[in-house]
Amino acid sequence: MTVVNAAIANLGVKRNPKRALVIEAAIVLTIALVLVLILPLLLSGFRLKLLGRFLSLAIVALGIDLIWGYTGLLSLGHGIFFALGGYALAMYLQLQLPAGRIPEFFSLYGVQDLPWFWKPFYSFPFTLVAIVVIPMLVAGLLGYLVFRNRIRGVYFSILTQAALVVFFNFFNGQQKLINGTNGLKTDTSTLFGFQVGTPQVQFVFYVLTVVFLVLIYALCRWLTSGRFGRMLIAIRDDESRVRFSGYNPTSFKVLVFAVSGAIAGISGALYTVQSGIVSPQYMDIAFSIEMVIWVAVGGRATLAGAVLGAVAVNFARTLLSEKFPEIWLFFQGALFLLVVTVLPDGVIGWARYRALDQLRSLLRRPPKVSTYPSLATDPTVQQEQASLEASHPPKSS
Amino acid sequence: MQPILQGLFDGIFNGVSIGSVLLLAALGLAIVFGLMGVINLAHGELMMLGAYTTFVVQNVAKAWLPAYKPSAEAGAIGNALKFLISQEMYIFYALIAAFIVTALVGLALERGVIRFLYGRPLETLLATWGVSLILRQFVRSANTLLTIAIALFCLLFLGGWWLLSRRLDWERIRGWALTILFVLSMGIVITAGLLMARMPKLTQLWFGTRNIDVTAPAWLRGGMPVGTLQLPYARLFIMALTVLCLVGIYTFLQRSTWGLKIRAVTQNRNMSACLGIPTSVVDALTFALGSGLAGIAGCAVTLLGSVGPNLGANYIVDAFMVVVVGGVGKMIGTVVASLMIGTVTYLIGSGTIALILTNLQVAALQPLVDFFTFFATTSMAKVMVFALIIAFLQFRPAGLFPQKGRTVDA
Repeated sequence: MTVVNAAIANLGVKRNPKRALVIEAAIVLTIALVLVLILPLLLSGFRLKLLGRFLSLAIVALGIDLIWGYTGLLSLGHGIFFALGGYALAMYLQLQLPAGRIPEFFSLYGVQDLPWFWKPFYSFPFTLVAIVVIPMLVAGLLGYLVFRNRIRGVYFSILTQAALVVFFNFFNGQQKLINGTNGLKTDTSTLFGFQVGTPQVQFVFYVLTVVFLVLIYALCRWLTSGRFGRMLIAIRDDESRVRFSGYNPTSFKVLVFAVSGAIAGISGALYTVQSGIVSPQYMDIAFSIEMVIWVAVGGRATLAGAVLGAVAVNFARTLLSEKFPEIWLFFQGALFLLVVTVLPDGVIGWARYRALDQLRSLLRRPPKVSTYPSLATDPTVQQEQASLEASHPPKSS
Repeated sequence: MQPILQGLFDGIFNGVSIGSVLLLAALGLAIVFGLMGVINLAHGELMMLGAYTTFVVQNVAKAWLPAYKPSAEAGAIGNALKFLISQEMYIFYALIAAFIVTALVGLALERGVIRFLYGRPLETLLATWGVSLILRQFVRSANTLLTIAIALFCLLFLGGWWLLSRRLDWERIRGWALTILFVLSMGIVITAGLLMARMPKLTQLWFGTRNIDVTAPAWLRGGMPVGTLQLPYARLFIMALTVLCLVGIYTFLQRSTWGLKIRAVTQNRNMSACLGIPTSVVDALTFALGSGLAGIAGCAVTLLGSVGPNLGANYIVDAFMVVVVGGVGKMIGTVVASLMIGTVTYLIGSGTIALILTNLQVAALQPLVDFFTFFATTSMAKVMVFALIIAFLQFRPAGLFPQKGRTVDA
């Protein structure tokens, strides 16, 4: 049994797991330091703000990678959790007023008293918890109701999309409760006495975004590299077999969906304070599907791919839509088609699996094939061989 | 009691009419999904194309066909003939044109994209979303120049592909050849486009971003008086059209050879393939048929209001909910689900339920009245219907009439 466990532990891990981990951590920290220390000097304020927003979108892309790339559940409704996180923070910021006053927009609709669900948002700790927990609970509940019945595949995607439309309608229609279509502005409000819209506070949020991106990357890395992660991959590849092996996939799926929702909530809160407004537009169908394409462009089931894809696609979008807004939609549509048909593993997947072979074929060298001699040096194979020999010792004749 | 009954009748009529539009929109989707397991997110955009085709046909009819003027000397048959080729009849030509146009677009979509993605439903979903984005933007910025450019590109790229694929070493050079061909034809098309862009006539937008209006023919305006109510002819026409489509599809699926083949592939693709049914032809045919139905739905929708590039987005989610509730593979599920969803949405959204409860004058029901009043707008009704659907799926996860089978995952 221990041998089997060791063999499992070896699957998918490089020769020296500890060293690889240290190298990866070093790379991530270097990139984070470059983002925090060097880029602010190089980029103009406007571009830096854009970058901050895109990095917060990269956080939600990580969440989607967790659930789509690793678990194989395509959620088209992450806008819900994104917006819920944003609304939670925006509601707190709206309440930074002298005692007894309520946010201005209420007077437009003749509301005298603060609606009951606004009241807890006076407290900052509650808000921080709410940013994570509310999306998590909504995702968990929706996930439980859906996964319990073994609804999955495209059915799951459609249901999440429908849920998105429902939430959009709800937030859009309730003028009296949460200012409906207009959304909540955060730019002019204050946080601990500082105005949120000023460049200094915005820079703090930029640094916070980078910190959270690193933390959540580490969280996702930890989740996906352990037993839990292998469970997710097993569910993605053959859910029935997981069930037949005596596991209950439902609880794993609910859990990963809830975690992914929580990540989206954090991302939404960071995005909201950096763009200055949260509105039902965050629950647009197109926006939620776009999040999926960021992950697909970067490379599914590679966390770095999700981050890379989110930042790259969004920069491409700003560059193209600044000059020709109508080209962007054509381009985006083509991006969907291309990624799905030509580049199913995304940029990172292509670089990992095929770039080397294509380079070799360009240089007219034969492609490198893993055959017996190189396989024999693989530690996993060696270990299996050893365990086989241990259980069936060769007969001495 | 009288106003309650009337309100109820009014509510059911409107609900059924909404349901029949939903049914038209969902029918093609359900057939395609049942057969190929493909979720076509571009279905709504195909509807939109149908609506724009109707608009074009209407304008052509106005420009070329005579107005209907009955004359005594022509007689009954002569008048009927005159009516048949007058502007008033354009809606029927539009239906046929919309069906053909969208079926062709659907066919191109299946042959060009979806064919390569069978067995990967989630990827298909993303690809069709890409197509829907392109179609939406195409309608907004369609002009003669763009059309010429696209035609030229297709000619160069696909023509080059066809020519090169006859080479014996095609498989080996495929990747590079297609890349070079793509870049080359793109370059040619962009250069030609920049040269031609000087002519203002070519760059004039056909439709633009604004909504367009299709005027219903005179005989579809107004309504049929029933008691104190008016049943709009347009809605009655749509209901009749829905019934006609249903009967047509049912007959096609049950009575024709191709219908039999389609049903066979729906039930068991591998077995059908083993028995010599050309499954790829069946796929293409079914996809074209489903897209054509979307075109008819789009044509019908023009009678209800103005249409714009975002038409599809309004219907697509509801149509999918119909498919989810109805279950895959049985038409009756789609019919019942769409009528149910349509009726319930209308009854809640128009406040009919709240009104009836108020009229009952029972004090104990007051919280219920408040509850339903809160949901009494079209968008809030969707919230409640979704909650109902999720609740419904708790005890019937596979929909109303699920396909029976022996697979593990069913």
